[in-house]
Amino acid sequence: MLKAKDKIFTNLYGDQTYSLREAQSRGDWDQTIDFIKKGSDWIIDEVKKSELRGRGGAGFPTGLKWSFMPKDANKNNYLVVNADESEPGTCKDRDMIRNEPHKLLEGCLLAGFAMNAHDCYIYIRGEYFNESVVLQKAIDEAYEAGLIGKNACNSGWNFNIYLHRGAGAYICGEETALLESLEGKKGQPRLKPPFPANKGLYGSPTTVNNVETIAVVPTILRRGGSWFSSLGKTKNTGTKVFCISGHVNTPCNIEEEMGIPLKELIEKHAGGVRGGWNNLKAIIPGGSSVPMIPKSVCDNVSMDFDSLSSVKSGLGTAAVIVMDQSTDLVKAIARISRFYKHESCGQCTPCREGTGWMWRMMEKIAAGEASPGEIDRLLDVTKQVEGHTICALGDAAAWPIQGLFRHFRDEIEEQLIKKIRAA
Amino acid sequence: MTETFSFNAESLDKVKFELSKYPEDRKQSSVMSLLDIAQRQNGGWLSKSAIEHVASHLEMPYIKVYEIVTFYSMYYTTPVGKYFVQVCTTTPCWLKGSDEVVKACKEIISEKQNELSNDGLFSWMEVECLGACVNAPLVQINDDFYEDLNYENTKNVLQSFIDGNLSPIGSQIGRKGSRAEEYVKS
Repeated sequence: MLKAKDKIFTNLYGDQTYSLREAQSRGDWDQTIDFIKKGSDWIIDEVKKSELRGRGGAGFPTGLKWSFMPKDANKNNYLVVNADESEPGTCKDRDMIRNEPHKLLEGCLLAGFAMNAHDCYIYIRGEYFNESVVLQKAIDEAYEAGLIGKNACNSGWNFNIYLHRGAGAYICGEETALLESLEGKKGQPRLKPPFPANKGLYGSPTTVNNVETIAVVPTILRRGGSWFSSLGKTKNTGTKVFCISGHVNTPCNIEEEMGIPLKELIEKHAGGVRGGWNNLKAIIPGGSSVPMIPKSVCDNVSMDFDSLSSVKSGLGTAAVIVMDQSTDLVKAIARISRFYKHESCGQCTPCREGTGWMWRMMEKIAAGEASPGEIDRLLDVTKQVEGHTICALGDAAAWPIQGLFRHFRDEIEEQLIKKIRAA
Repeated sequence: MTETFSFNAESLDKVKFELSKYPEDRKQSSVMSLLDIAQRQNGGWLSKSAIEHVASHLEMPYIKVYEIVTFYSMYYTTPVGKYFVQVCTTTPCWLKGSDEVVKACKEIISEKQNELSNDGLFSWMEVECLGACVNAPLVQINDDFYEDLNYENTKNVLQSFIDGNLSPIGSQIGRKGSRAEEYVKS
């Protein structure tokens, strides 16, 4: 269990205000100038040492990602922060923005400096209106105090932060769709290569990072990369904010050590599963895109990237969606299928057509109007969508269905057969 | 509606601020915020005239702006209620009883989505994940989230708009943000 002294987000619940004065009393914007003086290589090395992996879902090593940015001082590099938090189950960035915005802004300056970027855009989802008001106020405060803007923190480095509000499109959480949207276009993902580090926003080298990834950077630099990597497990280090929703007694967001056992996470922080651990049916451990795991797997699995991928699921955004025995799992996944159908950007045929197909077939199964053989056809459709699209939305639509039938096919078939016999 | 739309002084101030965020030759980047500013000035929805005004303001073809309007879900091309209730029904909210929230909306507002209530005060619609899942189920009314709902307190929140004695924003069961409630094992 994470010790209080190792918590990064000490104001996650907003017990204090987000104001600069109180943020500074919590340790934000301390020594920032010293880190800049040590140079960009030092910052990137510390982040590499911390073994921080991106907190947006994919878990790519952050320090390595930063090192892809060209060092050419004549280039106009951009830092873009992905605050388009839309993965069902996920609501951690919201808390960081509304209660700890200065951690994010300080992180932007340090990350931007490390990657030779003078301009940073924070792309926040449109529905987070009140959060965007808070963040803009925090940005204004930081400008006024000279922490960002011309000669930020008296470092000689000019750094601007701009807030860009989205308008309701899950796909804009995909980094190249986000860049398209930032350029004032429909949020349709770009073909890669070229990758954003070569050609991103306005054709310039760009790195897109999740809110949590950037917001933990100042603390990593203050306490050292080796402090962060001492928490959690090998290659799965540090702390992580988990979002625990669904059938638990006390749903919550909670910062914990990476690699905490799933059962411990739920029992210590979310009051346990409704009706007790034995009333658990299945859990989606990393947001709607990752396959569910049944109780037997939940009993022992740890919450980190590698442990969850070894049980054919994923840590994703660490949004833990708990479903007890009363849950109609087919309906729960059919609703997720409807989500992906709604959010497909329409660019690639397998996804545009496939998400609708998958949703309709899931509804048919949920209504008990399908024959067991149709499950094979549905799984075949998921395989035709998976891996055949520009971005990962197609995969994300296919995986929850595959996960459902991987673990519960017998049970679902049995119900369908019963229904057929009764008819 | 034949009314011609143009930005008023207050909106123009906001437009100026938005344009200042992007390089001068990239003002198309501000199209999303300009549409939002226009929508707010126009009572919560975008008329053809409003879209045309944004297009001419940014020297963009009308169709390019219209494309943006239809791609993103937060632009509306037909009038919405003064209090526009968006009910999240995606899985995390559904697991926690968003069907009951929908039921309350049907009873107080209208049987069908996207139509004005008899008093013209409300309209409601189902939306996808609003991103406050540990406070599920929830609705967004205009800019504000009302969280930790059930059938009863959804009705209370809606009634509070009718009575003009507004319910507090956020959790309806008194939780502080996303912190867990005190849990006493029975």
